[in-house]
Amino acid sequence: MKVNKKSWLAIGGIAVASIILAGCSSSNASDDSSKDDAATTLTVWVDTERVDAMKGAVEAYEDKTGVTVKLVGKDNGKIKDDFIQQVPTGKGPDVVMGAHDWLGELSTNGVVAPIELGDSADDYLPVALQASTYEGTTYMLPYAVENIAILRNADLIPEAATSFDDMIAKGKAAGLETPFVVEQGVEGNPYHLYPFQTAFGAPVFGTDAEGNYDPTDLQIGNEGGFQFATWLGAQGAAGNFNTDITGDIAKTKFTTGEAAFWLTGPWNVSAATDAGINVAIDAVPSPTGEVASPFAGVKGFFVSSESKNKVAANDFLVNYIGTEDVQLDLFKAGNVLPALKVAADTAASDPIIAGFQKVGADAVPMPAIPAMGAVWQYWGIAEAAIINGEDPTATWQKLTDDVSAAITK
Amino acid sequence: MTDTVTTEAADKAPPQTPKQRSAARIADAAGGKLRWLVLKIVLLAIVDAIAVYAVFVLLAHGEWLVLSLVAAVTILVNWIYFSRKAIPAKYLTPGIILLVVFQIFTLSYTAYIGFTNYGTGHNGTKDQAISSLMSSSLVRVEDSPTYDVTVVERFNELGLLVTDPTDGDVSLGTNTQPLEPVDIASDGTVDGWTSLSFADVLQRSDEVEALAVPYSDDPNDGAIRTQDGQKGYLYVSTLDYDPVADTMTDTTTGTVYTDTGSGAFTSETGEQLLPGWQVFVGFDNFVRAVTDASIRGPLLAVTAWTFVFAIVSVASTFFLGLLLALVFQNKRMRFKNGYRSMLILPYAFPAFLSALIWAGMMNKSFGFINQVLLGGAEIPWLTDPWLAKISILIVNLWLGFPYMFLVCMGALQGIPEEVNEAGVMDGANPWQIFRRIKLPLLLVTVSPLLIASFAFNFNNFNLIYMLTGGGPRFTDVSIPVGQTDILISMVYKVAFTGQNRDYGLAAAFSILIFIVVAVISIISFRKTKALEELN
Repeated sequence: MKVNKKSWLAIGGIAVASIILAGCSSSNASDDSSKDDAATTLTVWVDTERVDAMKGAVEAYEDKTGVTVKLVGKDNGKIKDDFIQQVPTGKGPDVVMGAHDWLGELSTNGVVAPIELGDSADDYLPVALQASTYEGTTYMLPYAVENIAILRNADLIPEAATSFDDMIAKGKAAGLETPFVVEQGVEGNPYHLYPFQTAFGAPVFGTDAEGNYDPTDLQIGNEGGFQFATWLGAQGAAGNFNTDITGDIAKTKFTTGEAAFWLTGPWNVSAATDAGINVAIDAVPSPTGEVASPFAGVKGFFVSSESKNKVAANDFLVNYIGTEDVQLDLFKAGNVLPALKVAADTAASDPIIAGFQKVGADAVPMPAIPAMGAVWQYWGIAEAAIINGEDPTATWQKLTDDVSAAITK
Repeated sequence: MTDTVTTEAADKAPPQTPKQRSAARIADAAGGKLRWLVLKIVLLAIVDAIAVYAVFVLLAHGEWLVLSLVAAVTILVNWIYFSRKAIPAKYLTPGIILLVVFQIFTLSYTAYIGFTNYGTGHNGTKDQAISSLMSSSLVRVEDSPTYDVTVVERFNELGLLVTDPTDGDVSLGTNTQPLEPVDIASDGTVDGWTSLSFADVLQRSDEVEALAVPYSDDPNDGAIRTQDGQKGYLYVSTLDYDPVADTMTDTTTGTVYTDTGSGAFTSETGEQLLPGWQVFVGFDNFVRAVTDASIRGPLLAVTAWTFVFAIVSVASTFFLGLLLALVFQNKRMRFKNGYRSMLILPYAFPAFLSALIWAGMMNKSFGFINQVLLGGAEIPWLTDPWLAKISILIVNLWLGFPYMFLVCMGALQGIPEEVNEAGVMDGANPWQIFRRIKLPLLLVTVSPLLIASFAFNFNNFNLIYMLTGGGPRFTDVSIPVGQTDILISMVYKVAFTGQNRDYGLAAAFSILIFIVVAVISIISFRKTKALEELN
């Protein structure tokens, strides 16, 4: 038989194909956790950045119970969709780390199992507990609460501002051209503008007696909403809001001292302190005198509805992750306020954390209901248009109409 | 091995029968090409070894379908390369295997999804949906205490030993037997029952999860369940599933939800209980893709822009690349290689990164272009409907011309110098030589690449998504689609907005786009066949 160069290449091709097939099958092998009968193995998907923090915590649990905990680092941007897709196939993890605003989607897809916190429920910050509950059932074990607040350059402005106008005035008096920066962008950023909106008494949704958001009670288009829109238009014209300021530009302005007030979250504090800024944390200065409540984002863990190790998963979360030591370990990794009250109080010995905790007391959980998706679609665009000089009343009316049409669709 | 056997046979007797003659022929061939034969056997052995490993892994996981496929393909491959007949198959097999794995499988899977309602709320199977509905319908009885529980076993049946914290009474029950008070022996055990250790409880996780001990004979009192094997809570269920009638009943309102074939339990008023499950929906997704009222509005504008974007991108990158390639053909130019490497740089950067950097440079108030190059002008590069389109074309030109430059440079070198000389002899001017001789010859080589480039740009999601995100938005439509959205980015927005994923609709759209691109490519390839006549 003749074997020439081409068939030699061809055989190489088959080798590649076989390796790919084998590769596919072996990746299945690493995801499967239930076939080992000798000991229980819990597979936990963790945000890549928190794997190290979890490692130490997990070892202690393994020693205590004999359960093997396998941590799988996942890219934060893909973790939710991967989880939703893989749980029904039986290849997903037992436990996944995530954020409370995924809850509507996870629950609608039937991929999460309820968690019973029992008497320990009262040990968590109220906002964390509220955020972990969806339609009356608790699905998430919270470990951290984050919200935005004002980062103030204490060297430039020694005292906290008492109102929005006071903030701008103080900054101008210090000789700054742009005293206040907040992340926006071409499509706006309603998350960062929400405190101002709430100060006008216009939350997105009304709440029922138990504090659950009610998708049928759209509050965004109430009278306060239009007042907010008018105010936003005026501030946009005055240059206090600018849709060209992206997150990076806002960071640069603050870290170089061009801006003295930065409305942002705990994730940006280290960038500011590393740049040598003397940072103080203040409440969001209200434009109206009413409290400006930011959204709270709560991070936590979910149990997969298809997990074969639910007992171990629940024990791991409720009786272990929900303890002060572990919550503090996770806190050290991310510098985000722990969700457990005692751990939060310990962590608040740091003035920055204490600042965020104080602002967070007024925070409201970001709605996790699917109707919120319809709001996000139009909200930022409308706000960006108002900042850039569109008629506030007409734009806000269109926003309200679009959102209610999308929700009832 | 058959080869060695026949070789020995050929040595013993002089070739007489046709079979022996052919054996002798093989022996000759093998003698001369023994090294190739060894190489072939080694390579096939590697393939087989990997396949056998894959079979064992798949066996351990019970993946029977994939396993039988791997086995069948391996046997086929071995047969093809050991057989003396299947000469064409020897050339075609590897390509076909790769085609099936990477193209045909993906395409048929997309088509399959396109005929289902896969998406948010229709994520898994019906059984999974039922069990998920049942578990989330459990409501803890108000003001009920936390019970300390122990999982116990008798004759392989699990039970719960429940201590009431209010009076310290101990009772025991199973899935079928409601709680009854029991006497505890001094060592904390109950006669006939053994307590499970925590490790045993973990081993029987599924059974413990399914354990619901009725509180009393009245089912309305609820049942005690435990999630961690240590603490129990009293729950009542707000949903009741009837497996015979296949209906869900809401016990608080009395509403009956039935399986209407739409992939979710639906009440008479049309209200659905989610999660539902995946079902086939026929051509529903395809019909929706072209008739949905929210899509129909911007569909025309987006389709038109998609064609403009793809055609202008191909044309502009091709002509700039060609121009530069022609310039660099000039032999008198110095430092040619240095310039060439610099020109190829945009192609070497990841397009993702370049698009993001361009987006930053084109920022209206802070961008490099407005601030530094234009001295503080406020040109809305990415926010004005027309300028945004032009900006996208400029950035895509920057990203795409090096590829065309490389291709044209190679193709130009393939055109023999005599053609040029013959043209000069016949008195043609340089433009005529280029237009009448070089360009047609060039197009023979590059037109398949131009068609490929068109198909790529038709679906150039990355650039649109990274540079403008499709914006600025249309102000008069109610879906978040913008002036610079192309079909594929519109599909993304329609199918994946907010928290709703509609994989079925997205797959249907992808198939439609595939058909459009395929038809255009086929027509173009037909046309370019005419060009090949030139050779």
